[in-house]
Amino acid sequence: METKSSSRSDVSEVLSDKEEYKFGFVTDIEADVFPKGLNEDVIRALSAKKKEPKFMLDFRLKAYKKWLTMKEPDWQYCKYPKIDYQDISYYAAPKPKKKLESLDEVDPELLETFEKLGISLDEQKRISNVAVDAVFDSVSVATTHKKKLMEQGIIFCSFSEALLEYPELIEEYLGTVVPIGDNYFAALNSAVFTDGSFVYIPPDTISPMELSTYFRINTEETGQFERTLIICSENSHVSYLEGCTAPQFDTNQLHAAVVELITLENAEIKYSTVQNWYSGDRETGAGGVYNFVTKRGKCVGNGSKISWTQVEAGSAITWKYPSCILQGDNTVGEFYSVALTNGLMQADTGTKMIHLGNNTRSSIISKGISADQSNNSYRGLVKVGKNAKNARNYTQCDSMLVGDKCGANTFPYIETANSSVQLEHEASTSKISEEQLFYLEQRGISRENAITLVINGFCKEVFKQLPMEFSVEAQKLLTLKLENSVG
Amino acid sequence: MLDIKDLTGGFDGNEIVKGVSLKVNPGEIHAIMGPNGSGKSTLSKILAGHPVYEATGGTVTYKGKNLLEMDPEARALEGVFLGFQYPVEIPGVNNAEFLRMSYNALLVNRGEEEIDPLDFDEILDQKMKTVDMDPKYKDRFLNDGFSGGEKKKNEILQMAVLEPTLAILDETDSGLDIDALKTVANGVNRLFNKDRALIVITHYQRLLDYIKPHFVHVFSDGKIVETGGKELALDLEKNGYDKYIASGN
Repeated sequence: METKSSSRSDVSEVLSDKEEYKFGFVTDIEADVFPKGLNEDVIRALSAKKKEPKFMLDFRLKAYKKWLTMKEPDWQYCKYPKIDYQDISYYAAPKPKKKLESLDEVDPELLETFEKLGISLDEQKRISNVAVDAVFDSVSVATTHKKKLMEQGIIFCSFSEALLEYPELIEEYLGTVVPIGDNYFAALNSAVFTDGSFVYIPPDTISPMELSTYFRINTEETGQFERTLIICSENSHVSYLEGCTAPQFDTNQLHAAVVELITLENAEIKYSTVQNWYSGDRETGAGGVYNFVTKRGKCVGNGSKISWTQVEAGSAITWKYPSCILQGDNTVGEFYSVALTNGLMQADTGTKMIHLGNNTRSSIISKGISADQSNNSYRGLVKVGKNAKNARNYTQCDSMLVGDKCGANTFPYIETANSSVQLEHEASTSKISEEQLFYLEQRGISRENAITLVINGFCKEVFKQLPMEFSVEAQKLLTLKLENSVG
Repeated sequence: MLDIKDLTGGFDGNEIVKGVSLKVNPGEIHAIMGPNGSGKSTLSKILAGHPVYEATGGTVTYKGKNLLEMDPEARALEGVFLGFQYPVEIPGVNNAEFLRMSYNALLVNRGEEEIDPLDFDEILDQKMKTVDMDPKYKDRFLNDGFSGGEKKKNEILQMAVLEPTLAILDETDSGLDIDALKTVANGVNRLFNKDRALIVITHYQRLLDYIKPHFVHVFSDGKIVETGGKELALDLEKNGYDKYIASGN
């Protein structure tokens, strides 16, 4: 194992360069980085480094063997050069000075990094009622409000910690929603994932605060493979938020995460994401994150509900389909999405709603905004099993084009083996027009605010699903990204 | 207040306005009448600063400033209001919130404090009454799914709220039935006073039964070809535009 400092460019230089991506800085921190390459030894070393139980190593090795037999998918509407999986380092961690006993002992450099990103890990300083798990490169560096949550039996910690403290819960649920061989990137993640968040909500418990994970890729040429597992027990409720940023590098970073959600009877999970990974240079397309993510929830118990809300505004390529398996009767799945692409970004994103139980309902609201020369596709599947009586789905896909060099596509798939199903589908494509902006400007509203108004209007149904703070952030983010694309 | 001198311009290199001169003083109502395609709307768009339309020659001075150099929003903040012939629909944008944002932009520009939503709501309710608009339109999306008449009323509502110094109404009467026409005209008249000016662009004289102009200008082929009092409008109603089109050629 080698150790290197991950400092590559001057922070202020990167920052002053362009405000457009203000999270493009690199934190100069000693990191523990594995040499590049992937083989069984690397996986064993990784597992040993994290002192994992044996079942975990077996899970990883099985996934690795499966992965070797699989082919990288090529059906998505994205183009990118072949990824050399041997040219990536599979583990990077900020080097701890010693074992941490409390938040006070977290490296100040790290705390500062998160402060700069607008994420304060100082519990006293946090005004909002949100608990945060901060993941830096491959490992979780801090989780706030743990004690307070524990008083209600809520477990919120890093995945690594959960593996050591609650191995039985992980062994029971890991891979039950996204099996190791589900797809190429999920298999890779299952083999090499490093950290992530773990949430367990006991029965009859409403989480007293929003739980949130903040992901940060810092080191160049490492992949980020995080794993999140959320279990919401009977009659319980949790709202979970996820935010992501990465520095600006000329090379591409691979992000292949897996998220699994499980709801038992009458439980509800609301999962919100604001993704703003670095999307590459706007003109040349150099650099940026490949965001190949598998997110899926399973409504196991009757009457349970899973709701995905995502604002995807970054990454060079987004390949992501947060899905719901509606296994229990009367279960509900929701997908609210805003995907924005500009520059040379490519997004192929959507959802799968798999109706298995009776009286299951799903709704899909997808808003795609494409600007510059980017490409934005919605891809969705609504599948109704033969025993799913009275299943209902409502799908609405709207695309907005900014300029005339961008593209928007919609690929809705429906498979139904049942005649009692009710499906509704609506789709529209519109252009943010100079006429709309002029109309607003003629009423004294600045161009910037006019763009914000039109875009927020377009995305309204999705934004109102986000928690207040996130909603404001998301609106600002979209405006910032579109400012130079309109007119 | 407004001084247009030898203005020429159009879009995509097509010259549509071909040398217009017009002086508008506070307390005056000017009607610009003319056949379709004569360049009336283009003139209004150049005055409001539509990005697609370009002034290629001449000058426009408004309150002593070079209007043509100002951004569209700066013109609006200085009190220039364009009532659109075809108001655009903006889905998802709440009508009342939009108006408050606009109202606040004007307040801030004057160095005043922004108004809070409750106080604004009172103003809005009162203004909606003056244009006979159902309060339910407050919570509709901006012009989204409005009928032609509702859209035009919404323009006049905006004008009533923003109280512009110079209002240019582009074919505000088109598509209105007689009751709506009267309501719209009443709304306009109520707002008019000696410190404000109004340019009413219209194809028909019937609007001028309700909004009494001090001057009527006949527009043909990008130019003002005749100016007179309101009797000119009646003459146009009776005899049509034919003789002006002929003289324009």
